[in-house]
Amino acid sequence: MKKYVTWQHPKEHMSFQIETKTVLILLGLCISLFLALILGPSLGNKLLSPLEVVRTIAGVSTGGNDFIVMNSRLPRTLVSILTGAALGLSGLILQGVIRNPLAAPDIIGVTGGSSVAAVAFITYLSGTLSLFYLPLAAVSGGIIVSVFIYMMSWKNGVTPIRLILIGIGVSAVMSAGTTFMLVLSPSASAGQAYLWLTGSVYGASWEDVRTVAIVILVITPLVLLFSRSLNAQQFGDEVASGLGVKVEFHRMALLLFSVILAGVAVSAAGAIGFVGLIAPHIARALIGRQFAGLILSSALVGGLLVFSADLVARTVFYPIDIPAGVFTAGIGAPFFLYLLFKNRHQF
Amino acid sequence: MGRYILTSKMKILTLAVMVLIFVLAFISSIIVGQTPISVVQAIDSFLNYNEAVTEHVVVLKDRLPRAVIGAVIGACLAIAGALMQALTKNPLASPSIFGINTGAIFFVVVGIVFFSVSSLQYLMWFAFLGATIAAIFVYFLGSIGRDGLTPIKILLAGAAISALFQSYTQAILVMNEAGLQDVLFWLAGSISGRTLDMLLPVLPFMIISIITALFMGKAINLLITGDDIAKGMGQKVWLVKVVMGVIVVFLAGSSVAVVGAVGFIGLVIPHIARAFTGNDYRWLLPFAAVLGAVLLLLADVVARLLIMPQEVPIGVMTAIIGAPFFIYIAKRGVTKL
Repeated sequence: MKKYVTWQHPKEHMSFQIETKTVLILLGLCISLFLALILGPSLGNKLLSPLEVVRTIAGVSTGGNDFIVMNSRLPRTLVSILTGAALGLSGLILQGVIRNPLAAPDIIGVTGGSSVAAVAFITYLSGTLSLFYLPLAAVSGGIIVSVFIYMMSWKNGVTPIRLILIGIGVSAVMSAGTTFMLVLSPSASAGQAYLWLTGSVYGASWEDVRTVAIVILVITPLVLLFSRSLNAQQFGDEVASGLGVKVEFHRMALLLFSVILAGVAVSAAGAIGFVGLIAPHIARALIGRQFAGLILSSALVGGLLVFSADLVARTVFYPIDIPAGVFTAGIGAPFFLYLLFKNRHQF
Repeated sequence: MGRYILTSKMKILTLAVMVLIFVLAFISSIIVGQTPISVVQAIDSFLNYNEAVTEHVVVLKDRLPRAVIGAVIGACLAIAGALMQALTKNPLASPSIFGINTGAIFFVVVGIVFFSVSSLQYLMWFAFLGATIAAIFVYFLGSIGRDGLTPIKILLAGAAISALFQSYTQAILVMNEAGLQDVLFWLAGSISGRTLDMLLPVLPFMIISIITALFMGKAINLLITGDDIAKGMGQKVWLVKVVMGVIVVFLAGSSVAVVGAVGFIGLVIPHIARAFTGNDYRWLLPFAAVLGAVLLLLADVVARLLIMPQEVPIGVMTAIIGAPFFIYIAKRGVTKL
């Protein structure tokens, strides 16, 4: 017998029921994330004790490590966690809406759209416009491309497979576009842009932290509101409409959230690949198929994933600072093949 | 697409016209560019080569190698694509979509970075190895499961293998930043700055593969009616498939070794050729070879003109031409060929 925690609003018609196990796992993930926040700033070339880190963050230390912690390691840790969370959530939404375990923002071309827009912004507009608008550019690129993919996939409705196939085609154009700009830009910036395309939280700033944090804080509750709709959508469009879900409207709204999350993540850390694919699967393995719990846990798992990738990337190979995206892709691509193998009877 | 199938006489005539177009494309590839060259100058540079005349140097050192390489690679990629479409019974099959190009690229980058190989003579073996590994992987991943080889599964397998090799290539390049710019241009696909010497080591493989492919038209026609029928008619199906696979690997691998990632030629051209010949591979393959050469030559000429004095990498050009085509076919449905 599964145990549940139930909460009921005293006056309104509103209630929640969450498995006890889910609550415990979410709690565990939160604690790990908290530990990561302390561990991240303390590891590096100069080792700091966790206590020292806490003191520095609280502002009661001697001040000797202020720069390392507050200007370099803490924002970097935060950005890695936040972009990971954004990507994990973005992937979960896509997999839920498209009803396909292989969907992820980087596979169906959304990240590609954001990357093109961001690289174009950096290459052609960074002189005239402030970098403040970079997230906006990345998100708009993602939105334009995904609207295009959605429209192109439309033939008496959208089938998941057509969406993925057309996404693959569009991805090819997007990567051609980014390559084009990289090849034509001067050598130094090409190296930087290539690094950035692989996905790295190197040089993360407090502005990045703020932008991503705001977007996550706004969008996560909205997605939670749609969690019942997502649950219903898993049974197919007909059943979902039967259960009172406005399928097309909800699908559009959810896709929009997903694209915004992916776009903001790209603008802060570049195209960190496969997190959007893996995080939801790990979350599902942990808590099952109820979206309310999945939404939070995908975000938490995504954050932990990118955090660990970046931690390994910057400490194990010191002094080389390897982009976190190299690690996530190195694990993610074989995982994709495994998923394909596991679902081999479906296609 | 079988509406325009022509009679044999008309096919010969059409093929002749296409060869003529090819010759025109070849000439335009020699005379058009940042330094315009007249036909007279071009002929003159072949007959009385004079190193003091800029135009002569441009023709012999830049334009001619470029045109020859473009024509050869275009033909190779088109034939590779046509064979793959027959082999997998999938209209979206092509070396770039199925990860064969990225596989070859990954191994070439490994060769350059870890084994310090620089001569194409050895690099091409890395490319062959990569192409083979990717092809085998994709074919088997596409064939596992209850329904055997399905179009969707093999496409997803191709996308996954592509992503896998691409990310590992990125990893290697990011960790070895030196020379990234050189490799990057090659990665993007380019037929400029190549000398004819670079074509020589792979040329025998290409010629043998193309000739073998052209002689296989009849066998392929039988194969695409279905494995069972082909077996019933006495065909050694596995042998035909293996030979086709080897040809694909040689053609795609050697193309990548010379010009890097030039995608979509192998996807687009067989469909255009099919519009003229139907699914008759005896005709389709020669048509594809000529059309592939024409498309790559023209794409290269346009790539020179678009943003003078710089050039659009040819791989970017073919992606821009090919991707809408991919989307069109994906939309029409991948189950019919």
